[in-house]
Amino acid sequence: MDNGIGLYIHIPFCKKKCYYCDFNSYPGMDHLAGSYFNALKNEMGIMSEGLKDRPVKTVFIGGGTPSLVDPGYISELLEDCSRLFNLGSDAEISMECNPGTLSFEKLRIYRQAGINRLSIGLQAWQDRLLESLGRIHRRQQFTDNLESAYKAGFTNINADLIFGLPGQTFEDWSETLDAVTSHFMDKRITHLSCYSLQIEEGTVFGDKYETGALIPADDELDRKMYGYTVEFLAGKGYRHYEISNFALPGYECRHNLIYWRAEEYASFGAGAHSYLNGKRYGNTAGIEEYIGAVKRFEERTRDIGDKAGCRNEEGYYPVPTDTGLDTGLLDTGPTDTGFDTGLHEDIQYIGRRESMSEFMILGLRLIKGVSSEEFRQRYGVRLQEVFGEKLETLVRKGLLVREETSCRVPADSNNEAKEPSPRFTFTDDVHYRLSALGLDLANKVFVEFI
Amino acid sequence: MSGRQDKIRNFCIIAHIDHGKSTLADRLIQKTGVLTAREMQEQVLDTMDIERERGITIKAQAVRMVYKANDGQEYVYNLIDTPGHVDFNYEVSRSLAACEGAVLVVDAAQGIEAQTLANVYLALDHNLEIMPVINKIDLPSAQPEHVKKEIEDVIGLDCSEAPQISAKNGINIEAVLEQIGKVVPPPHGDEDAPLKALIFDSFYDSYKGVIVHIRVMEGSVRTGDTIRMMYTKKEFVATEVGYFRPGQYSPCDGLLAGDVGYICASIKNVRDTRVGDTVTLADRPAKEPLPGYKKVQSMVFCGIYPADGAKYGDLRDALEKLQLNDAALLFEPETSVALGFGFRCGFLGLLHMEIIQERLEREFDLDLVTTAPSVIYKLTLTDGQVIDIDNPTNMPPVTSIEKMEEPIVKATIMTPIEYVGSIMELSQERRGIYKDMSYLDETRVILTYELPLNEIIYDFFDALKSRTRGYASLDYELIGYKESELVKLDIVLNSEIVDALSFIVHTEKAYTRARRIAEKLKDAIPRQQFEIPIQACIGGKIIARETVKAFRKDVLAKCYGGDITRKKKLLEKQKEGKRRMRQVGSVEVPQEAFMSVLKLDE
Repeated sequence: MDNGIGLYIHIPFCKKKCYYCDFNSYPGMDHLAGSYFNALKNEMGIMSEGLKDRPVKTVFIGGGTPSLVDPGYISELLEDCSRLFNLGSDAEISMECNPGTLSFEKLRIYRQAGINRLSIGLQAWQDRLLESLGRIHRRQQFTDNLESAYKAGFTNINADLIFGLPGQTFEDWSETLDAVTSHFMDKRITHLSCYSLQIEEGTVFGDKYETGALIPADDELDRKMYGYTVEFLAGKGYRHYEISNFALPGYECRHNLIYWRAEEYASFGAGAHSYLNGKRYGNTAGIEEYIGAVKRFEERTRDIGDKAGCRNEEGYYPVPTDTGLDTGLLDTGPTDTGFDTGLHEDIQYIGRRESMSEFMILGLRLIKGVSSEEFRQRYGVRLQEVFGEKLETLVRKGLLVREETSCRVPADSNNEAKEPSPRFTFTDDVHYRLSALGLDLANKVFVEFI
Repeated sequence: MSGRQDKIRNFCIIAHIDHGKSTLADRLIQKTGVLTAREMQEQVLDTMDIERERGITIKAQAVRMVYKANDGQEYVYNLIDTPGHVDFNYEVSRSLAACEGAVLVVDAAQGIEAQTLANVYLALDHNLEIMPVINKIDLPSAQPEHVKKEIEDVIGLDCSEAPQISAKNGINIEAVLEQIGKVVPPPHGDEDAPLKALIFDSFYDSYKGVIVHIRVMEGSVRTGDTIRMMYTKKEFVATEVGYFRPGQYSPCDGLLAGDVGYICASIKNVRDTRVGDTVTLADRPAKEPLPGYKKVQSMVFCGIYPADGAKYGDLRDALEKLQLNDAALLFEPETSVALGFGFRCGFLGLLHMEIIQERLEREFDLDLVTTAPSVIYKLTLTDGQVIDIDNPTNMPPVTSIEKMEEPIVKATIMTPIEYVGSIMELSQERRGIYKDMSYLDETRVILTYELPLNEIIYDFFDALKSRTRGYASLDYELIGYKESELVKLDIVLNSEIVDALSFIVHTEKAYTRARRIAEKLKDAIPRQQFEIPIQACIGGKIIARETVKAFRKDVLAKCYGGDITRKKKLLEKQKEGKRRMRQVGSVEVPQEAFMSVLKLDE
């Protein structure tokens, strides 16, 4: 496992709350954008010391609607990122956007700022469905924006889609897939995220579902749509690489792969979650709470910096986030050091066993599944030893497929033979992956590894 | 009668549930200065937690008080506490046999209720002098005069001297103490005759062994005597003899006729000291034991299995420990194809069963699966044999059964008039035969029904309560066996019979029961990877069926950075749900399904 990380930055502003959305997003708070981006800058500055040795492989700006705010904020944000962190020259830098909030001018600025991947929330191809979802755009805006994006030089583009929607027919869905995979301006959308609708508590859909006013697509139809998606997209050259994600070869989302490989990532912004130095935690979710917490932290670190006579270039006392010292400074609640910024919550230390469990429940989301060789390299013990029985039971139940494969490993470095020796050899490997049935009932598989 | 005996009063307190029996006991103890107010824990005689929680007395215990009466004399008052619930009638009767008088407590707001009467009749059967006391006069709805008249009319007791008290507030307790001295007769008994002492309770103490609670009827017993139990024929040496103070034992040299106290004799097993047995001396035994001894008889049975098969040993140990102090609890090993290894347990009644289940879960931290309660059926086979079966799975093939009989009880239900129709409907539904209805007063009636025991052992009481908004009360006693058309209902899940779900039902009810159970199981069993047919059968013939559809989708579509912690929590919850599942053949069935499926009156 390399030492690299991903960065995630959350922009919680929205024009309107879509009916299915349970993300950390807020309409009508745009006036706080200035303070919010300032807080982001400070948060990143505070964490930068502890992350200076970690190469940053990907950056993802998500939301809410990042494309809603003044593009200048985004430019500045990325400038700060490259200054504060170890950004690789070929880092994947993605941004989420909404049709209806984009323009050629904005896209040009994003391109210039370094964004090299766009993720557009299309959700549905049919206007009547877009309306029923509470989306602010219609199909026309999507196609207009797509054109502008290509013109602005973007080639790596993802569209988000939802199936299993109330009132959505199978034909609606197949029409959608057909449309988004066809050529437009000689180019094709390079990545598709196709999500089965999840009705969440506290959303408009959730409330309607509880009163019986909303009837979701029945399981049979939902699975039929999913099965069709996998087949259809394969026929169009898209690789199914994760339960809900499909990409033309080479266009898999590197940022999300970090999540599924249980690798580490640092996140900034309200409600953003991180996994750093073996610790998972979340930032406080409310925009004002977040801004307040960062301010508190910033004041205290300047204070310490003053007293310690020690500041980094940014003017902060450099908090080494890799020693756990940050725990005292950032967590909710009083700590040994007497600080109480309320920035970090829900803290969970991931021990070895928990890490193995995560490796499985996240790794099995990838269509290629998990490899026993990877497991061994990471944990020094064989997969079969730890989970052997469970894996066999799941294979027996038809939920997992076991495949003997082989993989390349570096050859014995102690080899001092005079003749040219191979730098790699092949070793036996075993892959376990979800079967077609397993894709439908994945939770039944994951629960075994908890 | 000796001068000593003249100053003794042995009495108990009888009442309907919640009329204030235990509170009055507290106050009497407090008034006679046996404990300081600070030492008093509410309702000191109910020492078990569950008892305290449920507000009921399970173990009978006794307390000796010394009361200085208005006449200047000191009296020894032995208060023997009695269980208040119909399940424990035998224990109640033995406690009564140890007394000469009974203080009858009646709630001034509620008046006479089902168990008031039941207890009074029991006390009269033992020739006790009954002293009425009107309690809860502090309540705004109290009508002491009305209640006194009710008692006089219905029971025929003179209430002109009945103290009107509030035990809760300590009002007029003195009057009760005085009355006891006047109304309750002193004990008799020849102190020099051969020893005859009635065992009315026993308690296992981890240091002293079994402590036998006795009322000496004749003769005397001293430390060092070799005693003999006349029914169990066991002999022991009395290592300690004494009487009770609240919460502690007070040793003395000896107990004489008329005394209430205890004997310790290094007795290891509470089953060696049967309630109702007579203690005598080995070297000078009495000719006849005291009357009224009855072997303990279980009325209700169920299967108790550990949810985790590995805990079988723990369950067995727990049952053994409970049995130390509960001679009425019976159990023996049993196996079920569905549930594995467990025990068939016998109880005095439903309450007894519930209490044991709760104690097993709480005191011993055991996760249990219990099967539906069952009664003892008498089967006459074609070859003439008569067998008893308490477990449906032991029922022999129909063709070999000549005749089946089921236990019948006489149920006395007291209810306000407006619910009579509903109760009659309920009783009829449960194959009850109407016997009598009499008016207690203008607002309440007593209904008497003969009902099959198996119809009331599960939720009859709850149904009664819910149909009458809690106002009805129930008393029942076994009156014998009656021939009946009974069949065994089997439940088949995914083509396999689940033996733990089988039960015996009357032919009349078979179809409706079968349909209801199939429906309930369909709701209780979660969807699984395959379709699950549920069938209810009698003798292989399917009489009801339902299907649990297969699960098609159980997947989280999105899982990104912010979702991971939440997803893990979700999976943990799913895993927790799995833990309560029992693998029954190929089907996962939640533990609760085994019992809850039979909740029928809804």
